[in-house]
Amino acid sequence: MPDTVLKRLTGSTLLWPVLALAALIAVNLVVHPDFLSVRVQDGDLYGNVIDILRNAAPVLLIGLGMTLVIATRGIDLSVGAIAAIAGAVACVNIAGTSHESALGTMVVACAMALATCVALGLWNGFLVAVLGIQPIIATLVLMTAGRGIAMLITGGQITLVHNTHFEFLSSGFVLALPFAILLALALFALTGLLARRTALGMLIEAVGINPEASRLAGVRARTILWTVYAFSGFCAGLAGLMISANTAAADANNNGLWIELDAILAVVIGGTSLAGGRFSLTGTLIGALFIQTLKTTINVIGIPSEMNYMFKAIVVIAVCLLQSPKARALLTVRRRGPVVPKAVTA
Amino acid sequence: MTQMDVESPPVAGGASDPVIEMRGISIAFGGVPALAGVDLRLFPGEVHALMGENGAGKSTMIKALTGVYAIDSGTVLVDGQPHSFSSPAASQAAGISTVYQEINLVPNLTVAENMLLGRESRRRGGIDFKAMNRQAAASLQRLGIDVDPATELGSHPIAVQQLVAIARGVDVDARVLILDEPTSSLDADEVEMLFSVMRTLRERGVAIVFVSHFLDQVFEISDRMTVLRNGALVGEVLTAQTTQLEVVQMMIGRELAALERLESDAGSGVDREAAPVLKALGLGRKGSLEATDLDVYEGEVVGIAGLLGSGRTELARLLFGADTADHGTLEVNREHGHLRSPRQAIQRKLAFSSENRRAEGVIEDLTLADNMLLALQARRGWLRPIPAAMRAKLVDQYIEALDIRPANPNALMRNLSGGNQQKVLLARWLITEPQVLILDEPTRGIDIGAKAQIQQLVADLARQGMSVVFISAELEEVLRLSDRVVVMRDRAKVAERLNDDLEVGDVLEIIAGAVRQEEQPDA
Repeated sequence: MPDTVLKRLTGSTLLWPVLALAALIAVNLVVHPDFLSVRVQDGDLYGNVIDILRNAAPVLLIGLGMTLVIATRGIDLSVGAIAAIAGAVACVNIAGTSHESALGTMVVACAMALATCVALGLWNGFLVAVLGIQPIIATLVLMTAGRGIAMLITGGQITLVHNTHFEFLSSGFVLALPFAILLALALFALTGLLARRTALGMLIEAVGINPEASRLAGVRARTILWTVYAFSGFCAGLAGLMISANTAAADANNNGLWIELDAILAVVIGGTSLAGGRFSLTGTLIGALFIQTLKTTINVIGIPSEMNYMFKAIVVIAVCLLQSPKARALLTVRRRGPVVPKAVTA
Repeated sequence: MTQMDVESPPVAGGASDPVIEMRGISIAFGGVPALAGVDLRLFPGEVHALMGENGAGKSTMIKALTGVYAIDSGTVLVDGQPHSFSSPAASQAAGISTVYQEINLVPNLTVAENMLLGRESRRRGGIDFKAMNRQAAASLQRLGIDVDPATELGSHPIAVQQLVAIARGVDVDARVLILDEPTSSLDADEVEMLFSVMRTLRERGVAIVFVSHFLDQVFEISDRMTVLRNGALVGEVLTAQTTQLEVVQMMIGRELAALERLESDAGSGVDREAAPVLKALGLGRKGSLEATDLDVYEGEVVGIAGLLGSGRTELARLLFGADTADHGTLEVNREHGHLRSPRQAIQRKLAFSSENRRAEGVIEDLTLADNMLLALQARRGWLRPIPAAMRAKLVDQYIEALDIRPANPNALMRNLSGGNQQKVLLARWLITEPQVLILDEPTRGIDIGAKAQIQQLVADLARQGMSVVFISAELEEVLRLSDRVVVMRDRAKVAERLNDDLEVGDVLEIIAGAVRQEEQPDA
């Protein structure tokens, strides 16, 4: 009995996102039989799959931080703005030095950007953990203010940089694969190790499910909240660097715009409940891949541009419905139907 | 049905026909039977107690009756006619009304608004609040409930809210009222209030189903009882024709010697010449507890008696740092210093099990093992996870020692019964090897078997040198276990007695003494 329960649990959390992703790929294969084909060019791999992997990296990164935040019953709306700030700090620093194209310049600039983002995450953590502000409001502050801060940093201009090392973050290849996805997967693995090989994951879940009981059991709930928001800030910063490197520019208005919503969606599609508690990093990985595949699908199967949002909306609604136990119960034959008097009265 | 089924259950003097008759009800979840061929008859004008340990099938039976669960086999007769309840709404339409332990009302609406929610009086397209208040006042008065319907529901104590919930429930011409553990958070006066409302309803011919863990209350109010065990019917008896001992035997199917045995060896060998392990001097907090002194010695069980709101829980929380004291001092092992957080208290080898198991104890969606190891893990910090071998050893050891069921470390905590959850929480603290164990209502709302086990455990721990602060609303339990009894009243300590031949009556007198003094000026 425990085994079947366990199976059902893993089945219900990861089964649907995986099926949704598979279905999406199947649709693409029908329209373009060579959708999955990968070609080698100059020793690097190219193709739709590689593009999807590379472009999914920012959402995956932000999704990792978001997963932990959501597991504590929180949410981080500021990640898009933080991503913009990361790009702004990095680009302004790179553009402002005399050795604009040097590796050292890029490293220092990125380190400063990431440090800024961690500080911003700590600010969110302070509002939530110390002042007790509801996470959606607390992070809304930085969501709106953050782009203004980025604008101030860049002086209202789109800051262009010329640094191949910086661009490598987005377009570079390592071992024939895009560096961006390798970096994101490395962080995914690291987060997984941190969450499941230490007690961090369990304590995060405990705080998310029952904060008061956790406090009385001696869990440092406050420290855990600071940690997850700081981590979310760090992830957003890393994603922001990638996004900025993609165009070799810091655009305070558009870098990372609405990416918080994609990240939240990735987490939810991955089966982590917005109510907090149990979380699945693998689910988020699949969710991020799903969202990116969906974006690619729109191009591949040639949905008219005015239908883009509509199409995306319909697919997302369908996936969310599949995950709702109630909707699933309605779709499948009801196992336990309404009461029917089975025994005729004596 | 079992061989223990009473062949021909007695019928009350009124000899009327049952309003509801459930015959041979069976329900299984995923192949595991929760009810097997259970009968239940509800007569008008009777209080019918549904008895059984946790997991006996009481809740399942109620949910079958209220249309929450579908029935696999069996019949439900309403006025002799077969009926099927496909939903809670269908059950309500048949005149069955339920008031659950957790009150399903809206605290920030007024009493009247709550009572008439969904069927408000209308006037010129708007809500006629005056008419609603009048209507609610009339309903409340009929039941003898003294509440102003225009006041906000949340401003009243839980007991009053519960009465309002009942008033709402019977207002829609309910013929059957189900009260699931209505008294678990009420003090003696409030229980009396509830009972008088129940008696009024009984006279009006309502059939009342009463579920409670308090045997005394069941015997005071009920006319008839149905006893379940392990999902099967043990029998139906008339309250007047049975005894508490008989009913307990029916419920647990074994002699309960454990409860009696404890009394003999309490209160011996505590050395009060030595320095106390825990010493509170003038400990208090504005608005919750007056300055209170308390010494707890090694190997001693200090019982704290008092009514709900007397300050007994507040004291426990201050001792543990769950709330911070704003005056007084606390010494743990002669070490001074305020506790500003539970974490500090745990580091100083204190442990505290809250009276509010669901809100402040269990982590429902984590496993039994995670719940059990939470405090130890929190103390180690997240960087030092408990090694797998140690984890397995501790969990297995405590599952066995405390007889926790299911004995499956990976079972989700939400699927355990109240008694087993409580045992897991006790294990959570015992694993931290505390010196002082503060237990606030550790046996509330759990079945009698688990209760005996927990009481035995407390006695054993004290014998091994652990100090225990034991808080319970049940005086018998406090007296059975404690070496010393502290009586709280009106947020202050009013008496402290060594427990040698202390009787329940003595303690009651201390508690009631002030009540009388308070009442005199009014008279």
